[in-house]
Amino acid sequence: MANAQAMCTSFKKELMNGHHQFGAPTLVSRTSLTVPTPDSFKAALYLASATRGAADTVYSVTGEVSGTGYTAGGVALTGAQDWIEPNSSGTTAFSTPTANIVFTTVTLTTAFDAVLIYNSTQGDKAVSVHTFGSQTITAGTLTLTMPTNDATTGLIRIA
Amino acid sequence: MITTTKGLMDEASLDKRTGVLDNANEHTTWVEYWLGEELVHRSAHVTFKQMPSMTGTVEGF
Repeated sequence: MANAQAMCTSFKKELMNGHHQFGAPTLVSRTSLTVPTPDSFKAALYLASATRGAADTVYSVTGEVSGTGYTAGGVALTGAQDWIEPNSSGTTAFSTPTANIVFTTVTLTTAFDAVLIYNSTQGDKAVSVHTFGSQTITAGTLTLTMPTNDATTGLIRIA
Repeated sequence: MITTTKGLMDEASLDKRTGVLDNANEHTTWVEYWLGEELVHRSAHVTFKQMPSMTGTVEGF
């Protein structure tokens, strides 16, 4: 088994139920909430031996990296809001974290190759798993640079 | 000066090694600093290129 890049299946269901607030739209009131505050999201790193993937429903410590300078649960996404306001082009909707994800001055000596992005406002519900070539960090910085936010490369795309 | 396992050190006193990985999924670079046979600093920079998309489907009546 290994980590597998995927949009979490539970996330797809939760989108239909309005569990995740990426942007700040003006809604027609169902009860009283018409201008929701965007949720907060976090990013956690996983060992190459872990098994994160589409079946993940919430953040889990199982298989998460550990080491100097790294806090369980990972780092918070940053920016005025964590995700660029969702947009669409053609038939594809998309959004990408506003800022790069940076783990500063950490030592992670066991190889890792995946990051789980999850909604820390909504019970740590899983959003997606992203894999990359196996890495270690020694008294250094891991930077995950976000792709261009468009219909072709945006981090989250619904086509 | 860079952070190392031995505290801040002058880059000039260390052996610098770099690497790159480029494929459809990512463009990744890393830099290592060695003090003799000891790795004292390693940083990596992963640039995501294309991530999973979700395809919506509908059925006719």
